[in-house]
Amino acid sequence: MRPDDSGPGAGSTRFLTKITARDLNVFYGEKQALFDVNLDIHHNTVTALIGPSGCGKSTFIRCLNRMNDVVPTCRVEGKITLDGDDVYGEEIDVVQLRARIGMVFQKPNPFPKSVYENVAYGARIHGMAETRTELDEIVMSSLERAGLLAEVRDRLGDPGTSLSGGQQQRLCIARAIAVNPEVILMDEPCSALDPLATARIEALIDELRRNYTIAIVTHSMQQAARISQRTAFFHLGHVVEVGETGQIFTDPHDPRTRDYITGRFG
Amino acid sequence: MTAFAAAVLLLLSAAAFWLGRRRALQLALAGPTRLHSRPVYHGHFTLLACAAPGFATLLLAALLPGPPPPVLLLASLALAGAGLWLALRRIAPAFRARPLVEAAVRAVFGASSLIAILATLGIVLSLVFEAARFFALVPLTDFLFGLAWSPQTAIRADQVGSSGAFGAVPVFAGTLLITLIAMSVAVPIGLLSAVYLSEYARPRVRAVSKPALEILAGIPTVVYGFFAALSVGPAIRAFGERMGLEVASESALAAGAVMGVMIIPFVSSLSDDVINAVPQSLREGSLALGATPSETIRRVVLPAALPGIVGAILLAVSRAVGETMIVVMAAGLAANLTVNPLEAVTTVTVQIVTLLVGDQEFDSAKTLAAFALGLVLFVVTLVLNVVALRVVRRYREQYD
Amino acid sequence: MTETRRPVSEAMRRRLRRRYAAERRFRAYGAAAISLALLALVVLLVSVVIQAMPAFWQHEVRLPVQFSAEVLDPEGLGAAALPGADYGALVKQALRARFPEAQGRAELRDLSALLSVEAPFELRDRVLEDRSRVGRTEDILLLLSDGADLYLQAGGDGAGQGLSPLQVSALDSLRGEGRIERVFAWRFFRSGDSREPELAGVWGAVVGSFWTLIITLLLSFPLGAAAALYLEEFAPRSRFTDLIEVNINNLAAVPSIVFGLLGLALFLNVFGLPRSAPLVGGMVLALMTLPTVIIAGRAAIRAVPPSVREAALGVGASPLQVALQHVLPLAMPGVLTGTIIGMARALGETAPLLMIGMVAFIVDVPSGVTDPATVLPVQIFLWADAPERAFLAKTSAAILVLLAFLATMNLAAVLLRNRFERRW
Repeated sequence: MRPDDSGPGAGSTRFLTKITARDLNVFYGEKQALFDVNLDIHHNTVTALIGPSGCGKSTFIRCLNRMNDVVPTCRVEGKITLDGDDVYGEEIDVVQLRARIGMVFQKPNPFPKSVYENVAYGARIHGMAETRTELDEIVMSSLERAGLLAEVRDRLGDPGTSLSGGQQQRLCIARAIAVNPEVILMDEPCSALDPLATARIEALIDELRRNYTIAIVTHSMQQAARISQRTAFFHLGHVVEVGETGQIFTDPHDPRTRDYITGRFG
Repeated sequence: MTAFAAAVLLLLSAAAFWLGRRRALQLALAGPTRLHSRPVYHGHFTLLACAAPGFATLLLAALLPGPPPPVLLLASLALAGAGLWLALRRIAPAFRARPLVEAAVRAVFGASSLIAILATLGIVLSLVFEAARFFALVPLTDFLFGLAWSPQTAIRADQVGSSGAFGAVPVFAGTLLITLIAMSVAVPIGLLSAVYLSEYARPRVRAVSKPALEILAGIPTVVYGFFAALSVGPAIRAFGERMGLEVASESALAAGAVMGVMIIPFVSSLSDDVINAVPQSLREGSLALGATPSETIRRVVLPAALPGIVGAILLAVSRAVGETMIVVMAAGLAANLTVNPLEAVTTVTVQIVTLLVGDQEFDSAKTLAAFALGLVLFVVTLVLNVVALRVVRRYREQYD
Repeated sequence: MTETRRPVSEAMRRRLRRRYAAERRFRAYGAAAISLALLALVVLLVSVVIQAMPAFWQHEVRLPVQFSAEVLDPEGLGAAALPGADYGALVKQALRARFPEAQGRAELRDLSALLSVEAPFELRDRVLEDRSRVGRTEDILLLLSDGADLYLQAGGDGAGQGLSPLQVSALDSLRGEGRIERVFAWRFFRSGDSREPELAGVWGAVVGSFWTLIITLLLSFPLGAAAALYLEEFAPRSRFTDLIEVNINNLAAVPSIVFGLLGLALFLNVFGLPRSAPLVGGMVLALMTLPTVIIAGRAAIRAVPPSVREAALGVGASPLQVALQHVLPLAMPGVLTGTIIGMARALGETAPLLMIGMVAFIVDVPSGVTDPATVLPVQIFLWADAPERAFLAKTSAAILVLLAFLATMNLAAVLLRNRFERRW
């Protein structure tokens, strides 16, 4: 049995594959961060990426929406496809790509604008609303789907930075949802939050997966076990093992996976 | 005479050091008690005791108006000698020379940091004092609100004030016009340059542009003034004549444009600091939503940096208002209340120079008017700087 | 896999194209802005250099001069008569001999105007250095006036350049005979100011700047270093030290002309110091430079790690000894760099020195800090106003001299910083 998604059975009919990565090698200057990564992200599923710090999980998801383009020394080799189209190909427009693949960062980064304007930002940029009413609708429904509307309904004009940490992160999720993405990438979204806020966001993620494909990098194995359907274990830039979450946590095939799960390192 | 006395004092001080140190050494070798402080400190103590009163008196003598009275010069020598003798008597093994000397040195250092306050005090007092004498001759309201400025014609004392010859409004307006022109050159170019260099430029372009901007900042303003008066002014005039416009050879446009070029590096480097202070996480958040780099800059980075940029612009305005040589050489001398950049206007700094340079008795209303203008200039630039720094500080606190 | 793909509408595609066009425009604006700034710099420097070139060369004419004893020593007094003799007559005689067609007084005056007013003195120097010249006829190199020099610079076939037809033909014929020589204008670097452009030089202003900057350095460096040391090492954090800091920052932003007003009101009028002296100029500039030195010094002192101080205190040094013997030497490169940069700025200052009277026409080279002097930027300012066309090149050349000094000082500061400043 192969540890990754490169072999037969990878395109079976039980699920749809949204994103694929094949033979992905990523370099920061001379240093190689990812080695021959083969990984699928399935449609409307939460895929958790776990592993000790510095093993390439963030690098991987930043490749998916080409955020690594921002880093001048980063070199990407291999193929990443979204719905079968090569993400680094010439026909793909990176601005469109990033509207289809949204990202939520580790530390909440709301713009120094009002709550309303934060959520409306993406919609304005992409021209998704022609009238103010349409924009209102987009903002309201995004805040609703992010589970934030009730708390900020009468504070829409307040600066986004005046919210609590957990609220700010949900604001960032609402902001990402507002552009109507197909995929949401999350890079340790709860690591800066307290347990209560974390729980709310985990519940949110569980709801979101009905409409969005989600890939989440997390340090917490408990979190991965709670919210994901598929889990990929990264170690030193390699995908050691990937599979159904239940199987990974109860019966991992690779000894390294077992060591990590049982807390021997990381 | 003063130089001679100073030389004698120096020799005396050197001798004091030598004598003090020798005395301490003798005591150390002679008696059973160990010295509290090393001999060199005893030497320094004696030196200070001799030099301080001596040079203080000498300085007093030199600063008094008129030639220094010989009595004071002799007194300085006498005080120095007395200090030396008294100090030598104090030297004993148990004498705590080092702490005394160190305290004295610290006091001297502290006094030098007071110079900043003294300088500000000196500026304020001298400006206020002389301006007050001016306002005794010309009422404040005439000065601040009068529309006619022709100080050269107000020669007779009884003419002062009555014909409104010291109405400074045209002069203020001239400063404003040229500052406006300079800002409309410096702010777009400086800000866009800063944005381009920090967000778009390749490292090689940045490596050439940053030093070039530093060079632009380091060129003395008299060179800019020369360039404005002899190259830019005539060029603008020729161009204007070809277009059928009437352009003065000392147009506000020429002086203002060159002043704007001088201020570009100022705006650019301040904006650069401010733009770099915006956290990268905001840029990434915007890019991750599918915004282009220019949209990110225009809709996220610049609005976030806006208070800082406003502060930078205020500082640049302060610099433009206080600038002298470019306008002295390239702007006009006659007061002219206009908004037309093709005409010649005069500014506050030009008037200060023309009123004070040349033969005049110091007490006339003309020269005192220069101090009144100087006071206005000082107050305006001070206010601009204080406001700008406060704005920038509050902006920085947001992101630290 | 393609069942999950969402279609892209034509409207979206159009919008995308517009957005990318806006992106390209924005980038172009930025590139245009920096290009304009660089272009302004290049135009400024190139125009100064081009205008300055003529000032570095001067034209001299080789004229046969008869050192006749009747003119030089009509009363037969011998060597004693030579210093005070009428060398002007000798010049006129030489011109008449060369141009016999010039008959009237007016025409002779015209020809005399071709030579510099220095010509008689040049002849005197020749005679005094070699008395045997008396009685001989010799070819002597004489300096031409600025008008003649301008005409010859222009290639000689331009319009008259303000010269009369006689003067033009005289110059042309001399040039045809190969009697005109172009020499490097050492005079420009060795002489003080003069009303005659061909005699004017920057040496007086350079020496004046030197004396002024010496005073500035002697005042601002010790005071600034001491103040920086005090504020960083000894001063307790109090309202008073905050006040000092606020004052320093404000002083750094005060327009330079206000310092000139202070100098005028206080140093000249209250203390009675001599006008236009480097001493007063240096004091005014020192006040201006002090904030720069203090701010740079404080940054350098703050950069010294606490471990250095702790180690020194640990072996029993007093706080003053720690500051002077351990911290200051390590911070010295930074303090010096700040001082050099402050000096460079002071060298280029004009306005405050105009206020304290350095605007007079000074011919003598100042020999001390209390002699009336001028400084290089003020010299540039005065020459820029001069009506004679030849001063245009001189002003530009003086600007190049000033820029050369500034470049050297800034280069020294950069080298100092790179060589000695330690990164902790």
